[in-house]
Amino acid sequence: MSILVGTDTRLCVSGITGREGTFHTLNNRNYGTKVVSGVTPGKGGQDVEGIPVFNTFHDAVAETGANTAMIFVPPRFAADSILEAEDAGIALVVAITEGIPAHDELRVYNHLARNPDVRLVGPNCPGILSPGKANVGIIPAAFFSEGNVGVVSRSGTLTYQIGNELAQRGFGNSTIVGIGGDPVPGSSFTDILALFQDDDETELIVMAGEIGGSAEEEAAEFIAGNVTKPVVAYIAGFTAPPGKTMGHAGAIVSGSAGTAAAKQEALEARGVRVGRTPTEVAEIAAEIAGSLAR
Amino acid sequence: MDLLEYQGKQLFARHAVPVPSGSPATTVEEAVAAADEIGYPCVIKAQVQIGGRGKAGGIKVAKDRPEAEDHAKAILGMDIRGHTVHEVWVEAASDIAAEYYASIVFDRSAKRPLVMLSTQGGMDIEEVAERDPAAIARLHVDPLLGFQDFHARRLAFEAGVDADVVRPVGALLTRLYDAFAAEEAMLLEVNPLIVTSEREVMALDAKVTLDDSSLFRHPENAALRKTEAEDPQERMARERGLTYVKLDGNVGILGNGAGLVMSTLDVVAQAGGRPANFLDAGGGSKAEAITQAVEVILSNENVSAVLFNIFGGITRCDEVARGLIEAFRQIEPDVPFVVRLDGTNDKEGRALLAEADLPNVHTEATMLDAARRVVELAG
Repeated sequence: MSILVGTDTRLCVSGITGREGTFHTLNNRNYGTKVVSGVTPGKGGQDVEGIPVFNTFHDAVAETGANTAMIFVPPRFAADSILEAEDAGIALVVAITEGIPAHDELRVYNHLARNPDVRLVGPNCPGILSPGKANVGIIPAAFFSEGNVGVVSRSGTLTYQIGNELAQRGFGNSTIVGIGGDPVPGSSFTDILALFQDDDETELIVMAGEIGGSAEEEAAEFIAGNVTKPVVAYIAGFTAPPGKTMGHAGAIVSGSAGTAAAKQEALEARGVRVGRTPTEVAEIAAEIAGSLAR
Repeated sequence: MDLLEYQGKQLFARHAVPVPSGSPATTVEEAVAAADEIGYPCVIKAQVQIGGRGKAGGIKVAKDRPEAEDHAKAILGMDIRGHTVHEVWVEAASDIAAEYYASIVFDRSAKRPLVMLSTQGGMDIEEVAERDPAAIARLHVDPLLGFQDFHARRLAFEAGVDADVVRPVGALLTRLYDAFAAEEAMLLEVNPLIVTSEREVMALDAKVTLDDSSLFRHPENAALRKTEAEDPQERMARERGLTYVKLDGNVGILGNGAGLVMSTLDVVAQAGGRPANFLDAGGGSKAEAITQAVEVILSNENVSAVLFNIFGGITRCDEVARGLIEAFRQIEPDVPFVVRLDGTNDKEGRALLAEADLPNVHTEATMLDAARRVVELAG
């Protein structure tokens, strides 16, 4: 199986005519993703290397049957684009854009929460890759192969680091999901863990969290009650000083809340093993996989 | 972005949240003139972004002009836990009958704004929350509905505010929410929210954190940034569009992607080192950005060795190598560098470095080995 993106994905890219948008759209298509259309208001009727461009998501959905949207427009237009995709009936919206105002994210989240048929992944995320099937976003697919480890992470490059360490030990991936580094992610660890739990192909789950918020603590609770597959976790930011935003808008220790130590403790208290380095995460995964095989 | 108290009060005033009248001053003369204008008694308050100003002697009541002058002299230039006072706020003294607490927090976990009200103001609210959680009334607001009058009444009655001020306290909360939504704040805190002996309600303090990502829509708020209060290296990095946080160690660090850089700091610390900074060169960094980043890292005199930890996705390792080579040409660093390049175009990047044969640049194959090496070299 794999989750969220695969051979059924029909992708429409918002911001397809921008420099980055075009580059990554074509990368995704070269990987084998079915890229059916793009949206750029005012450029309807044009095409990007044969991919038709529409003025609205509604036109793109009606004409090309798009079921997945990738958002590549600048921050000030991104919330509007996500809302438009949802309004047009898109089932999965993957928002790559970094720097969307937090109050826009709040509005989008609460609006989308009323529609059970739509899921948002991101914003400020590297996207979703199901190796061998589809790549939606900017994850460098060359480093990953098909396999049974599901990965969910708040950080892009940290995902590549951990994925690479896993690959060196012979692991492939069912799906890699970047949920993004913003304060209000559309999908949480918990949402993605639930999908991996129900996915036949996934046998082991790696989650990479970081400081700020309480998503890892909530994931720990969820794992204890709902996830039977083994989970290995990593938390970044043990050395982060309080009150400083560490690159990601969501990565901030506020007072005594959101520390890496508290997250590690919450996960370990629920029986989730936490690697101290990306290398150790891969070692633990290898150890667990070995015991599964026996 | 955090505002100074008086900037917060001015922001409150724009949304009709009642605050005492006052003026900012950067010199003793300005402070005395402001005090004369406001009348005595008045309060002179140090404007720094750190708590505990009162205990440090940064808030003083002046009953006449000579006192105002003495206090302004003492407070301006004072150091409060590492923050130099460049500015004071002179405001009319208030006659306090009761001290409440009000705040609106951007609650990431609930994904809704959280409004809080308590009659136990004027003290550390985290202490109140620990000692007597029932003393704080809390209410999550649906951002698509907004803050309604009934929300205000519920909070006021539940917190147990004096019956005669239920209405004005509720009105203040409504206006505070207006400010929270309109200015796109992450936090608005009023501690204390006072009731005067004339039964007037007003915000005697203001703690405001704004969302950096929304400042493009609020140029008037963006202009409030006080660059003199900023760390010089952090300012230099911000002006160059780099994400940099200064730390107190000696190992300079550059990586790509926030998560990987945080992880790099942790791994260096585990190897026994002390990171000097967090620096995310970002996705797709070009050589020029890398050169500028090296300048920022080396402008911190504590740095005795530098670690480059790159896992290229959109970032190309050959661009990083070119940036480093250019940095060596321009600045001739006198500290050792340890470089780990993996990912997109890593072979090309390593080949460029080998060819350039830079003095004192060491390459390592893994993140762990690179961390150990840089710690050893940093001493």
